[in-house]
Amino acid sequence: MMPALFQVLPLVVIWLALGAVGIVIQAYVRNTKLVFGYYLGTLALTAILAVVTAGAKGTMFSGMITTGGYANFFDVLFCSAGILSMIAARPYLQRLDGELDEFYTLLVSAVTGMMLMAHSNHMLVTFIGVELMSISFYVMSGFLRSDIRSVEAALKYFLLGAFASGFLVYGMALIYGATGSLEFGAIGSAVVSDALRFPVLFAIGATLLVIGFCFKIAAFPFHQWAPDVYEGAPTAVTAFMSTGGKAAAFSALIPIASVVMAGDSVVTGQMQLMVAIVSAVTMLVGNISAIAQSNVKRMLAYSSIAHAGYMLMGIVNGTTSGSEAIVFYATAYTFMQIGAFVIVGILEREEGGHLQLDDYAGLGKRQPVLAALMSIFLFSLAGIPPLGGFFGKYLLFVSAIDAGFTWLTIVAVASSVISVWFYLGLVVKMYFTEPSGDTSESPSGIAAITLAVSTVAVIALGIVPGWITSVIRSWPPMLTP
Amino acid sequence: MNYSALIPLFPLVGFIIVGLFGKRLASEKLVGSIASGAILASFVTAVMTFMDLLAMPADARSVIVPVYTWIATGSFSVDIAYQFDQLSILFTLIITGIGFLIHVYSIGYMHGDKSFPRFFAYLNLFVFMMLNLVLANNMLLTFLGWEGVGLASYLLIGFWYNRTFDGTNIVWTGDAAKKAFIVNRIGDFGVLLAMFMLFNTFGTLDYNAINAGAPIVWAKGALPVTIITLLLFLGCTGKSAQIPLGIWLPDAMAGPTPVSALIHAATMVTSGIFLIARTNVLFALSPDTMAVIVGVGITTALVAGTIGVVQNDIKKVLAYSTVSQLGFMFVALGVGAFTAGVFHVMTHAFFKALLFLGSGSVIHGMHEEQDIQKMGGLKKYMPITYKTFLIGTLAISGIPFLSGFFSKDEILWFAFLNGSPLLWGVGVLAAFTTAFYMWRLTHLTFLGNERFDHHHVHPHESPATMTIPLIVLAVLSVFGGLLGVPHVIGHVVHMPNLLEDWLAPVFAVGNGFLVPHVGDHTSTEWLLMAISTVVAISGIMLARSIYAGGNAKADALAKRFSALYKLLWNKYFVDEAYHLAIVGPIFAMSRDLMWKFVDIVIIDGFINGSARTVGAFAGTLRKIQSGVAQNYALMMMAGIVILVAVMVYPLLRP
Repeated sequence: MMPALFQVLPLVVIWLALGAVGIVIQAYVRNTKLVFGYYLGTLALTAILAVVTAGAKGTMFSGMITTGGYANFFDVLFCSAGILSMIAARPYLQRLDGELDEFYTLLVSAVTGMMLMAHSNHMLVTFIGVELMSISFYVMSGFLRSDIRSVEAALKYFLLGAFASGFLVYGMALIYGATGSLEFGAIGSAVVSDALRFPVLFAIGATLLVIGFCFKIAAFPFHQWAPDVYEGAPTAVTAFMSTGGKAAAFSALIPIASVVMAGDSVVTGQMQLMVAIVSAVTMLVGNISAIAQSNVKRMLAYSSIAHAGYMLMGIVNGTTSGSEAIVFYATAYTFMQIGAFVIVGILEREEGGHLQLDDYAGLGKRQPVLAALMSIFLFSLAGIPPLGGFFGKYLLFVSAIDAGFTWLTIVAVASSVISVWFYLGLVVKMYFTEPSGDTSESPSGIAAITLAVSTVAVIALGIVPGWITSVIRSWPPMLTP
Repeated sequence: MNYSALIPLFPLVGFIIVGLFGKRLASEKLVGSIASGAILASFVTAVMTFMDLLAMPADARSVIVPVYTWIATGSFSVDIAYQFDQLSILFTLIITGIGFLIHVYSIGYMHGDKSFPRFFAYLNLFVFMMLNLVLANNMLLTFLGWEGVGLASYLLIGFWYNRTFDGTNIVWTGDAAKKAFIVNRIGDFGVLLAMFMLFNTFGTLDYNAINAGAPIVWAKGALPVTIITLLLFLGCTGKSAQIPLGIWLPDAMAGPTPVSALIHAATMVTSGIFLIARTNVLFALSPDTMAVIVGVGITTALVAGTIGVVQNDIKKVLAYSTVSQLGFMFVALGVGAFTAGVFHVMTHAFFKALLFLGSGSVIHGMHEEQDIQKMGGLKKYMPITYKTFLIGTLAISGIPFLSGFFSKDEILWFAFLNGSPLLWGVGVLAAFTTAFYMWRLTHLTFLGNERFDHHHVHPHESPATMTIPLIVLAVLSVFGGLLGVPHVIGHVVHMPNLLEDWLAPVFAVGNGFLVPHVGDHTSTEWLLMAISTVVAISGIMLARSIYAGGNAKADALAKRFSALYKLLWNKYFVDEAYHLAIVGPIFAMSRDLMWKFVDIVIIDGFINGSARTVGAFAGTLRKIQSGVAQNYALMMMAGIVILVAVMVYPLLRP
């Protein structure tokens, strides 16, 4: 029993820390600093355990949970995103007078949901993970209760999210009907051996499932909630949602897509084409829409839609090299996007003030360090070498070509050219215009730690990407359907 | 030769030191010395590497120094590795040598600027990236440099961001910087796609492997190699400012003048020529692309040359001149005279850096005045600047035995030999405009009557840190051409064509696929050489006769040919056309189609089924933008129905 339990230690620890201890502390101690420190420690410990148990590859709980390798990598990524967001959230919420202990509990419960998604080997676990994460997000989006935009964002996110969850679970039901199982391996073998009872139902189920995830990653045409929610939610939450949430959705989508697209049938080809089209339109819509935005938060929201489009290229590829590219990109994206949003949060004022492009005028002069870091994140998002974003894009583009989707790569390269326009527009504002209006200093407080870590990560991922890719390559083949 | 990998490292270290601690160093001298010292160290190392290569047998002169494995995943693996061979070391010597001179010059030029350290940090960053571009042994590392020089160029064009700059649809220097970066990204789009296609074919991005594998995989004229080379060439038109992407270079003059000299004349803009020379086998395999290159090159040479004739901003004249000269280099590459193209890169680096630095000295001495109509007679105030500038003018015009004469003449000769008499004729015409606008520039600036305001402007010669680089470059502009004396002259005076012999192994394979043109053309070559010399001198004489007696003749001519003058003055309206055809529509699409059409018309109009809604909501656009949840849900539903239908339809077909 002991060695078996060892494998799932990260999940067990975060679960116990959250459910059995955390809520008690939070309910009876009412010391925000303690709660903050406690959860920070929890996430750090979970991340360390995930690294320690990374080699323990296997399945647990009657094959419902996978452990080791891939899943543990995502554990570390989610915990890092959680820690970075948490550190940045504290000064942000204090400034906006919205800091409550529950925020940190919700954040850790979202991380727990994400980890379940990455560890899932069974549709049911995936669904529980998705819901745990999403419900935490709904509440966190509305955390600034006195800000009408925050409340509106929460409500909108909840309504549409519930709608999407319905399709997700409907898709799972249809797949169960077609294959008689919810376990990934069994579904995969049914697909490969062509033992589907109702191929049409399976196709519909698979489509609905992919659509459900398309909503979570904000892909066209299920993206419309994203700009509103990302703009309305507290910026610290947006930073976490748009990175951890997206990475989590991909961590669940990769194994699921690889089983439903395992066969060599019409369904697989059709599915590939569908995802390719969704991917192409998503990046075009995201990038083109971002050009006309004057609100920085909204601009980054549209750009994050485009990034989901890029990552879908790896799903189109459908092989290991595609998923490797997604994992690398998700890692780079997490750091650069958190960094960018955290800076937006630092500059933000009450009631959504200081979010316009014009408020960034002359930032290079006023706060040279913030402006320099923001430029690094923006250049990485734009895919300029030698930053992390460049290699991520490169790997994804290569994977699409490998899959024979050259047209998709052309669209991707073209749309990333378009994206330079607005990323650079912000850099121009910061460096090449005179400061105007309210130019008071914005102290970053402990969010500086988040920025420092993110910057180092973004640069390191560009200069020595081999470190991450060799980790990714060391995993055994993910699924053997 | 492992020590050679230090060449790109020095500027990187310089960049880090000056960038991080520049402000705290406080002393301009110290900052300037660190930055210039870094480049000097690179130059010395490059010279040592060159000596080592020289000591080797000719066909062994290609050494690859791996630094580390950059990325390795599955089928895809790229090293950070530098390739030292005849081509890369030549470019390295130009970059570090001229780079060093320009660093020294900048110490004087940027004296007193409040962002002095930032300037030198960017300059070092640029040199680092440029060295990566030329020294890389694979395309991905070149691409890193390619993007990196673009970034450094962007930062330096916008360096004086609070100054206005007069350009089409451009008000601030920041706009000019952004334009340069974005136009270049369009070219990079081509390079990236070409890289993907090459990787797909060869499974590697190493130049040696690609150059060796290409003839095996593709027959001459095969479609894939034509597409790849055209895409690469698209990148070259961006970086090297050729039609159709050349519009950014004149606006790049918004940057400080040493930047224009280093980046926008001597080094970065020649990356396109470098890339083609590096992958010459691919280009040699595609006659169609070569023809396109010739066409683009010669058109650019002539178009830019004619625009240069009417401009009044001293730096813009030089900018159009650069575009035009780059056109010449592409003509050389296009007709298969790779060595001639690279030769012109070298001589052009000498005299164009000289001219730009000279113009900087003028601008410096004239208190930031750039309009040549407000100059004149500066000869007596700035004797050194004048003499060196004059040498640069004569060299670029192609006056015999100065550097520009040899390289330009070689290009024209090959244009005649491998191309056609017509190509040669257009080239000579472009060369005529060069001589004309250069003399016009020299005359209006240094000779004639003094047209500036004596009460406010007191022209003075620049300090020694600025004039010494001018003198060094002037010497190089005079004698640099002797490295590539054409055979027809060399035969008489017993001088070998050193450069051609040096570069021969690099282009050996590529040349094998080109139609060889041999035969005794000696008398023809002498004749053509004489004609082009006469043309150059007559260009100068014409300019002299028009401008010698003031501007009266020029104004009369402009009035008489007012339509032509307007066309040239407005640069053939290319900027306006692009704005109308590309920039406008994309922005309109973002604003009108994505937002107004999709959000307002489709969601609120179509789904709510009423055109009235549009009107009703028009006053509260903000409300619409925050969107109505039900409408989003309906949109999602529509998406779901369509996607499911697309998926299921093929399954239901019998």
